[in-house]
Amino acid sequence: MDAFVTLTAPAVPLDIANIDTDQLLPARFLKKPRSAGYGNFLFRDERKPGFPLDDPAYAGARVLVTDRNFGCGSSREGAVYALVDGGFRCVVAPSFGDIFAANAAKNGLLTVTLPEETVAALRRQLQEAPGAAVTVDLPAQTLTGPDGRPLSFAIDPFKKECLIAGLDDVALTLRHQDAIDAFDRADAGARPWVVPAA
Amino acid sequence: MTAQPRSLFEKVWDAHVVATRPDGQALLAIDRHFLHEGSFHAFGMIDHAGRKVRRPELTFAVADHYVPSHSRARPIADPEIANMVTMLEANAGRHGLRHFGLHDPAQGIVHVLAPEQGLTLPGLTIVCGDSHTSTHGAFGALAFGIGATEVSHVLATQTLWQRRPKTMRITVDGTPGPHVTAKDLILAVIAAIGADGAAGHVVEYAGSAIRALSMEGRLTVCNMSIEAGARAGMIAPDDTTFAWIEGRRYAPKGALFDRAVAHWRTLASDAEATFDHEVRLDAADLAPAVTWGTSPETAVPVTAAVPDPGAEADPVRAGQMRKMLDYMGLAPGMKLEEVAIDRVFIGSCTNARLEDLRAAAAVLRGRRAVVPGLVVPGSVPVRRQAEAEGLDRVFTDAGLEWGEPGCSMCVGINGDLVPAGERCASTTNRNFPGRQGPNARTHLMSPAMAAAAAATGRLTDVRTLDVRALDVRKLGAS
Repeated sequence: MDAFVTLTAPAVPLDIANIDTDQLLPARFLKKPRSAGYGNFLFRDERKPGFPLDDPAYAGARVLVTDRNFGCGSSREGAVYALVDGGFRCVVAPSFGDIFAANAAKNGLLTVTLPEETVAALRRQLQEAPGAAVTVDLPAQTLTGPDGRPLSFAIDPFKKECLIAGLDDVALTLRHQDAIDAFDRADAGARPWVVPAA
Repeated sequence: MTAQPRSLFEKVWDAHVVATRPDGQALLAIDRHFLHEGSFHAFGMIDHAGRKVRRPELTFAVADHYVPSHSRARPIADPEIANMVTMLEANAGRHGLRHFGLHDPAQGIVHVLAPEQGLTLPGLTIVCGDSHTSTHGAFGALAFGIGATEVSHVLATQTLWQRRPKTMRITVDGTPGPHVTAKDLILAVIAAIGADGAAGHVVEYAGSAIRALSMEGRLTVCNMSIEAGARAGMIAPDDTTFAWIEGRRYAPKGALFDRAVAHWRTLASDAEATFDHEVRLDAADLAPAVTWGTSPETAVPVTAAVPDPGAEADPVRAGQMRKMLDYMGLAPGMKLEEVAIDRVFIGSCTNARLEDLRAAAAVLRGRRAVVPGLVVPGSVPVRRQAEAEGLDRVFTDAGLEWGEPGCSMCVGINGDLVPAGERCASTTNRNFPGRQGPNARTHLMSPAMAAAAAATGRLTDVRTLDVRALDVRKLGAS
């Protein structure tokens, strides 16, 4: 995956709560191979006149600023592929679906969680100055909006490390190979029913 | 020294920690890994990296998302759909995994099949690339959905990095009224705490109304935990759980079963265990529920009216309500019981078990559906048993279609779609825009409520219909 360190790019506001992964990637595209790219599937059934992502004023947006519970619903990682292949590197919201946020981190898409009022204010700034850029500094854990005020955000240290390094965590896990083997041996004695007999 | 009191979740979590990092991330051992047709991305990732499946004996592949409801004939007519089903078969074969394919006598929706086959057991960690994996928590397992990259990680290592979630206990005491089911209970929970009310939390459901539920009901409750944003939902295993497991195909047998039960009895939360959040509901306050909007959090009693965005103070929220009403084709103040429907769907990992089909058949017996509809049992064993009880004839006599097991119209990727603009009374779990098809309008409800809607052609309070308990022996003999 692509590493994420800093980013300065236009941001697009989306005043919609509970955007689920079916909206991000309609189910009929789930059988498509990734090789052809998922960018064209992003919000496919929402692309109507007036939809902010289609507004030329927000062309080139790489940051999405939206409302609570973004990415709820299905675990489809294709929803993240659609955003990444559609050019997005960062989503800002008051809350995220847990599975979506985990999938995002595995694909170099940064999810920034900020308080509801802060995100609402950021969306208003972007509506008032369409096409304005935001700057995200992951090592410093700050996001600076059009008003120039840096906002601090929290992030899991492990997620931060993986994003900055663009790390494949299977490689990291395999460093714990001995611990996994030891667990399996002990568990086979303690809970012999775990491996199905049939 | 007295041990620190622990919750059910904490006991299962602690027992699976293989390693911890200084930043708090834990490497969790995974006991069960279920795969479906959508797992092709993950197989591609491990193949690309030249990795093997670490524990094939704990990994099970199930064809459910793309399987046709109308025929089991091969080849499947749509080549892209056929490819999804055969690709899973090929990947499972190549990696030596047990595969429940299109013609397996156990085939079904993974979240129906696994408990039925005794693969889901208390105290296990269970993952699957499907958000409704929370279903298996009904047995006191820690079960949650993961994405494709995490699936590839579990395939290669049989572990997963996780940060310990927060805990929430939802206690439901009291006795629900007639026709108030597990579905109505969980819809009320979601409406009460919101679609992200349990985000970052593992929920334990407790209280007398939960204990009184059958395993089928508990599966329905845990299934929809994800619709409240929960990482997982769990219910402490008890005699209801053990009786359900005993004798199932992959469950431990004889002395090993007794030893397992003795261990499973220790899993319940200690009396002094504490939770980050506590929520309480009274089952007596619940009513048959329906949703009016495009999020499960819009569940209300069927006797309610469509809410008015004009009464919402926050302009952003009011705008979001208007958008939902516009999508759903509803006007503020309309009585929900006056809303006409175009079709019904009875099925899905939420409500396609035998108890669900019996409840729907009890309403439809002797009635005709006035709209078209599809009934899709959750598995081949459910289908066979329903047919032995004559439930299939109740549905077909009423004018509904009786399908072959799979996810079908819940997610609409096998070709079963609600046509654009149509309104569907559905026993599924999601009413998201486009979920059952582009511009389809979904109202979530229980099987009995969907059957009542089929009989009247509008959203209907099933309590207003004369419904007698079904004598299944009599039906089977007829």
